[in-house]
Amino acid sequence: MLPLAPVLVPLLTALLTASLPHHPRLRGITSLAGALALLASAVALFLHVHQDGAMSVALGNWPLPYAIEFVADGLGTALVLTAALLGLCVIAHALATAAGTEPAEQARAGLHPLLHALLAAVMAVFLAGDLFNLYVWFELMLIATLGLLVLGAERRHAEAALKYFATSMLGTLLMLAAVGLIYGATGHLNFSALQGAMRDPQVAAALPAPVTLLLLALLLKAGVFPLFLWLPASYHTLPAAALALIGGLLTKVALYVVMRLLGGVFAGMPGLLAEALGWLAVITMISGVLGAAYHWDIRRILAFHIVSQIGYLLLGVALASPAGAAGTAFFLVHNVLVKAQLFLICALIWMAAGHHDLRRIGGLYVARPLLAVLFLIGAFSLVGVPPSSGFWGKLLLVREAFAQDRLVWGGAALGVGLLTLYSMSKIWLEGFWKPHPAARPEGAPAHAALHPAAYAGVLALTVPIVALGLYPEAALRHLELATQTLWLVGGPR
Amino acid sequence: MELMLAITISITVAAGVLLVLSGELFRLVIGLAMLGSTVNLVVFMTARPASLTPPVIAPGVATLPADAVNALPQALVLTAIVIGFALLCFSLVLAAWLARRQRHADVDRLRTTEPAASDAVKPPILED
Amino acid sequence: MTPRSALLAFAARPLYWLLLAAALWILLRGHNEPGGGFIGGLVAVAASSLVAIALDTAAARRLQPLAPLPLAMLGVGLAMLSGLAGAATGAPYLTHLWTAWGVSTVMLFDAGVFLAVWGALTGYVYALLADNGQAAQ
Repeated sequence: MLPLAPVLVPLLTALLTASLPHHPRLRGITSLAGALALLASAVALFLHVHQDGAMSVALGNWPLPYAIEFVADGLGTALVLTAALLGLCVIAHALATAAGTEPAEQARAGLHPLLHALLAAVMAVFLAGDLFNLYVWFELMLIATLGLLVLGAERRHAEAALKYFATSMLGTLLMLAAVGLIYGATGHLNFSALQGAMRDPQVAAALPAPVTLLLLALLLKAGVFPLFLWLPASYHTLPAAALALIGGLLTKVALYVVMRLLGGVFAGMPGLLAEALGWLAVITMISGVLGAAYHWDIRRILAFHIVSQIGYLLLGVALASPAGAAGTAFFLVHNVLVKAQLFLICALIWMAAGHHDLRRIGGLYVARPLLAVLFLIGAFSLVGVPPSSGFWGKLLLVREAFAQDRLVWGGAALGVGLLTLYSMSKIWLEGFWKPHPAARPEGAPAHAALHPAAYAGVLALTVPIVALGLYPEAALRHLELATQTLWLVGGPR
Repeated sequence: MELMLAITISITVAAGVLLVLSGELFRLVIGLAMLGSTVNLVVFMTARPASLTPPVIAPGVATLPADAVNALPQALVLTAIVIGFALLCFSLVLAAWLARRQRHADVDRLRTTEPAASDAVKPPILED
Repeated sequence: MTPRSALLAFAARPLYWLLLAAALWILLRGHNEPGGGFIGGLVAVAASSLVAIALDTAAARRLQPLAPLPLAMLGVGLAMLSGLAGAATGAPYLTHLWTAWGVSTVMLFDAGVFLAVWGALTGYVYALLADNGQAAQ
């Protein structure tokens, strides 16, 4: 039952919070309690797996490989823990800032159930043990995200939802077709059964085409070049809390699945695939960071940086080695936290300065020094300045790229880091350093008051980010252990 | 049977892609729904569709007949239909809402979230 | 709206109950023969849609035991709870239990699916039929 708890708890919380549309206070308490219970179950599962090894549960007591299986291993539970922590911080932020952010009462009634439904789907993807189950949870993720996109119920929300729907739906359909074709070729959906079927050379020879199709679907959902334009077109219309959760988690979930499939289930795919992924990763990194350099709206800058960071993660997958996988896993954990932290800071900037566009705000360094410090921590982590969490993530990836003589890949990763620094210093100079454009010489302040509680979510996220930067050993050791079985079949090329 | 299904699939895919690329809101939604049905057919193809033997163990026999239809892909298709149906409903409501609101159904004119640049260097400011 | 057929408006309510009875029969039939919660739920949606088209959505809403969203949530909740009974005996989640007279937790699960389909899809149908475009839910 324990491996299922991180899925069932948020599902139950979603139902409970949805059944309280007219009791905002009770709903908030339920939502927070649900998020705490989710974190508790994630910690319990993580510790259990850390001590006694992977656990699995076959739904309905059906015999394997026919049952729907959930598998909790070291990598999956580490990400479940990260996501649960993020969920708690985001929900705390949503509750602490409920008075000032979402426009309509109806939006607030739908927000918490959808956030929990999204969390449930993400947890299930981390724990899914077969391909079809994976597809179903990706669908729930899509449905919950669409719900969050239309919460605002204005024109821009509907437009963003339509764009998101059209592209994601295409990805979903490709995924389903690929799952069907893989089943047709192997007769299996369960991960370990598929791994076993791969040993038959005749079966393995039939798989590259459907696996590539599956990969295409996942790369679309991850926002990899050239299929990333849906992401910056839709994300900035989301409510702040949802933006932090979705921007922090969703695309990385798809990348986690790519790593798990290519490194574990379908290990031994032709080397050409990794080669192609590596170059795609480089182009993704560069196009994302260039898009961010053009924009002045903080949300859009950060949205383009999601694309750029996805490039780093894909690079780690393309390196196709246990060391690359460990780097990817560490970068994944770091990036989920940092991205969400920056999006939450962006929400606080909007609350304090009244706009998301850097041309309309300023002076936050003087007016909100705590916010400035928190932003610097997040920004330095994103850029990868030592000793931040991002530094370790990038170090692992770049070192492995150079070790494999992938000089262009590693060099691109370093260069994109510099351009990331450009974007972050733009936010710093324009948003925090220069005076507020609407500031009067004397008299009324240009900034709205921020309740101390509004910082709760950001502070709670900053602690693990700083901890990962100053003391990465524990996390690294765990993730190296968890990823050591990846790419063992094919081995590094 | 396989050939017929394959031809059906290719024709419906072509029609679906055509509709999706037409640039009209409702055609986009219907096109995606058609593509969804086609993908369901693809999954259905893996169920040995040429066989007419149902996957039912007759009374007094211990195992399935060897040429029985595979029941699992049919269960998968059913699940996919349910999810696809929910998404189709959602997208229809969304498209209807958008078309009513904008008084047109032209996909290329949906630019509220990403307005065209008026400045040569900097993007337009989003007021929200 | 287009002018309604008087015949349809007159027949809508009797047909509604007839269809609902058929839906319940399909739901229970699913226990041992083709049928089940999803298909039964779809027939129930057809019943509600018939009333919504023949009369109006308000009449269709009044005939349902709960509003669409709570109905769907009740359904999902029932389906989730039905899995817990088996889990309480130590078996994996969603292991179902049967008792002597054919009553089982599977029925609870199926009833949950029925309600979820009925609630969720009527919600969409009413939103599509509504003229004022209040469709965000």
